[in-house]
Amino acid sequence: MPAWMLKIGNAFYQSFIMADRWKRFLSGLGVSFTVTLGALAIGIVLGVLVAIVRTQHDQQKTGQKPNRLISVLNVICEIYVTVIRGTPMMVQLLIMGLVIFAASRNLIGIAILSLGINSGAYVSEIIRSGIMSIDPGQMEAGRSLGMSYPVVMKEIIIPQAIKNILPALGNELITLFKDTSLVTVIGLADLTKVAIQIQAKTYQAFMPFFGIAAMYLIVVMILTKLLGILERRLRRSDRR
Amino acid sequence: MTDVNSQGSALIRVEHLTKKFGDTLVLDDISEHINEGEKVVIIGPSGSGKSTFLRCLNLLEIPTSGKIWFNDQEITSQNADINKIRCQMGMVFQHFNLFPNKTVRRNITLAPVRTGRMTQEEADQKAMELLQRVGLQDKADDYPASLSGGQKQRIAIVRAMAMNPRVLLFDEPTSALDPEMVGEVLEVMRELAEDGMTMAIVTHEMGFAREVGSRVLFINEGKVQEEGTPEEIFSHPKNPRLQDFLSKVL
Repeated sequence: MPAWMLKIGNAFYQSFIMADRWKRFLSGLGVSFTVTLGALAIGIVLGVLVAIVRTQHDQQKTGQKPNRLISVLNVICEIYVTVIRGTPMMVQLLIMGLVIFAASRNLIGIAILSLGINSGAYVSEIIRSGIMSIDPGQMEAGRSLGMSYPVVMKEIIIPQAIKNILPALGNELITLFKDTSLVTVIGLADLTKVAIQIQAKTYQAFMPFFGIAAMYLIVVMILTKLLGILERRLRRSDRR
Repeated sequence: MTDVNSQGSALIRVEHLTKKFGDTLVLDDISEHINEGEKVVIIGPSGSGKSTFLRCLNLLEIPTSGKIWFNDQEITSQNADINKIRCQMGMVFQHFNLFPNKTVRRNITLAPVRTGRMTQEEADQKAMELLQRVGLQDKADDYPASLSGGQKQRIAIVRAMAMNPRVLLFDEPTSALDPEMVGEVLEVMRELAEDGMTMAIVTHEMGFAREVGSRVLFINEGKVQEEGTPEEIFSHPKNPRLQDFLSKVL
């Protein structure tokens, strides 16, 4: 066997096989998934709430008395979106992990919360554009039938908005998954952290880092595929 | 003008209704009433405020001032339950506004079920009955995107009827239709009128207004400038603006 093949084989062995290190990569991947899903859930809930407040505020008809509560909520939402979009994600993680929750050891919880809050700001803008894209006649028709605002929102507006924004939302999901690599800075053993730790132990950099690059890539490709299927299913009602 | 306060049987009463969009005065102190079983047709040039008047009746537009009663209940008061009132007032829109994410059946049954007026089974049954009446029972499981304009508008009428409303408001129901589809929608409306439905119709179909209307309102510049039976309005118009309008549309 030529020497270079032996070298590669040895590097692979040290990075993935020795001491069952592949298990650590798997658990790192699991952590990354968990953080993504948790942050996605928080992001969508926050995003929908913020989007509803902001569209409610923007759609207040001229000549009507502005609703005080909506105005206050709108200001809070605007501050939230501005601050989150205006500061780096990693800085937000450091503040959450090392300042606000410095005493907590629940790193995964901190990671989910930080990424969720971050994602919510972006998702809210996506959902807002989705809600704005729906013909106001849809809300009027729903309300004219006696249904309340929340019911029309849930049954008519949000489902149509989601369909329109699915590509943008999918993009956000992919970004979120890749951004989980930043949670390394608060010490959580996600996929990237595992690669760093193994590199530190074996002095092999090539295998762990190309390895996780491939893993991120494969997961993103699978997500892209799944989103494509979902999009086609949601478009069923458009077909003639 | 009729004394609105003396109308014991008036289903809808409007008193001194004014609506402004910003500084633009759209409705200028209108007092009107619609009696049970009446078919009130509202005509007038575009931009005259006739659609706004109709939309004020179910508070899709909030009046700037003035009061509206429905069934002796003041709907413009702060503590009126507008959702409950709207359940009894159907509305048909110019652009149909069917819900594209729901099948025809779900379009019709959604409101009766979600407002707690019917169970899903009752609503389904009602939907099929009504669809049969307009000849569209085979479209129940289709999505609106696959329907023609005339079919969509007939479904929209069925959707409003499924709530068993006391009155139907039509906002230019045939204006967005291809000419050959206008007839099928007017036919459905004619049948509803014959069944005794109370209707308020904003339209440019003068033939239909003449034939079906029990009273015609001519709205111009935010005011009811003339009202009367179709015969009075179309054959003996008094207001010069109405005469001018009719000479252009007839």
